[in-house]
Amino acid sequence: MQRYLLRRILLALVTLLAVSLIIFVMSRAAGDPRHVYLDDYSTQEDWDRLTASLGLDKPYYQQYGIFLGSALKGDFGESIKEGRPSMEVIIERLPATFQLGLAAFAFSVIVGVPLGILSAVKRGTFLDMVGKIVALVGQSAPVFWLGLMLVFLFAVRLDWLPPYGRQEISSIVLPAVALGWFYAAANLRLLRSAMLNVLDSEYVKLARAKGVSNNAVIWKHSLRNALIPVLTFAGITLGSLVTGSLVVETVFAWPGLGQLAIQALAGNDYPLLQAVVIVFTLMYVTAALLVDIMYAYIDPRIRYA
Amino acid sequence: MAAEGTLVVQPAPMPARIARRAWQLRRWPLIPMFILALFIVTGVFAPLIAPHDPERGGLRDRNLPPAWEEGGSSEFLLGTDHLGRDMLSRVIFGARISLVVAAVTLGVGMGIGVASGLAAGWYGGWIDEVLMRVVDIKLAIPTILLALVLVLALGQSFLIIVAVLAIAVWPRFARNVRGEVLQLKTMDFVALAKVAGASTPRILFIHIFPGVINTLIVLATLEVGIVILLESTLSFLGAGVPPPTPAWGSMVSDGRDRLAVAWWISTMPGLAIMATVLSMNLFGDWLRDRLDPRLRQLG
Repeated sequence: MQRYLLRRILLALVTLLAVSLIIFVMSRAAGDPRHVYLDDYSTQEDWDRLTASLGLDKPYYQQYGIFLGSALKGDFGESIKEGRPSMEVIIERLPATFQLGLAAFAFSVIVGVPLGILSAVKRGTFLDMVGKIVALVGQSAPVFWLGLMLVFLFAVRLDWLPPYGRQEISSIVLPAVALGWFYAAANLRLLRSAMLNVLDSEYVKLARAKGVSNNAVIWKHSLRNALIPVLTFAGITLGSLVTGSLVVETVFAWPGLGQLAIQALAGNDYPLLQAVVIVFTLMYVTAALLVDIMYAYIDPRIRYA
Repeated sequence: MAAEGTLVVQPAPMPARIARRAWQLRRWPLIPMFILALFIVTGVFAPLIAPHDPERGGLRDRNLPPAWEEGGSSEFLLGTDHLGRDMLSRVIFGARISLVVAAVTLGVGMGIGVASGLAAGWYGGWIDEVLMRVVDIKLAIPTILLALVLVLALGQSFLIIVAVLAIAVWPRFARNVRGEVLQLKTMDFVALAKVAGASTPRILFIHIFPGVINTLIVLATLEVGIVILLESTLSFLGAGVPPPTPAWGSMVSDGRDRLAVAWWISTMPGLAIMATVLSMNLFGDWLRDRLDPRLRQLG
């Protein structure tokens, strides 16, 4: 168990290091960072100060060291557009992203789990069909397009919900559905096939044979075992919801990290973009790590492998 | 089930799982296959099929609705966009972009994946360790983010997009090929080939590689949908193949602020993406059940 955990943590750290290296190389490949920060009105003094603080007069590996050192302190330089530390800008945006992520996650569980169970138990019925359609749409429709279609239907045509922004409480409904649909579909599919396998297993047959009621078979004997793959996936989901937010926040003008990343991209705000990417990766890697730990805890086969 | 003692001859009831599979296998996914064929044909022959120039329009014709809506004309079956360009022609040419990007990306990604998978599985040891850790790291980095960083730093071009997407797809191939090789290399025919004095490249390509092909085909079909979605997401975010080339993702983005005035600008290309990806997934599922049920968990 300890060895397994150690390996996982090490991998997470190496991943972060790799991302920081990619970002460093890319930021240098993008051009001289001094040109990014300084303009025609800057003095030679500014130039020299920046050269020293970024270590541009030193060899590349030392520059990377300096970059890494300040990144560890949360210092990614000033956002060009905002004129203040990138980290500050990011922290302001975090609550909105977490809020949206949680809402989407809730949607994916509320829709995916019951529909998954029902479509397995009532296989071949109308409910199963509905489940199938929800799953197929979720896995094939591009998230950004799904979002726009929701806006068109519920905001433009029906005028039930606000089309974008974060002013009202109801503003969160459409982006959460758009973001959560894909994962609802995944939950549904996973749970359906896991339930079908379990319902087909020897111990469920035994339970039925000894006269356990249908409800008890489904809820006690089957669901508990079928939930294991769903739980793992739920964990992975938490991480990749972060990425999904890039698209959805852009579509719905939701003022979170994803929108910030795209704005940084559009405005060539490299210092801000690299900070956002590091923060995103950190969240992603942490979520994956937590899932691995949780999974090892739930399923002893992994612990001793 | 027949009651005890009756003489009615009945086929033994099949276990649900087998019955389900048999039922699935009998049906060819005709509609998905038709849509995929349509996708490929329009992609390849786009200039011959498209009724208009996809990149040129007249301002006089802008925001025209599809032919079946009020005010639509039969000249522009799916309507026109905000610059008066024919939607149908743009969707047709968009198929071409998606098709080319998907084909090149999968070719490159599969090449890298197969090469590293073969090497990792066959040689084992540190080569395996290093390659598989690289795969782990790649899978731990959110693809779209990585792509955005690369595009901003290196510029927006077809080559960059393909490179970015190839980086995104190769790890899956590498991991699965490695797994297959690990099994195959313990087989008797491989030992025999070794005894007979076959060189390592010969064993890898003549004896082992054919055993991997099924897995590859299935994986590739399942990955096409992912690649098309990724490509369209990138172009929606403005980091795809540069405009005015009509890519489905950027077309959806064109219509974003015009939903109330001209809903078809966003809707049509999105439908095209969904139809293609959906068909690819259904076809891939079917192929997987046919060729390689072991891949089932990959889903």
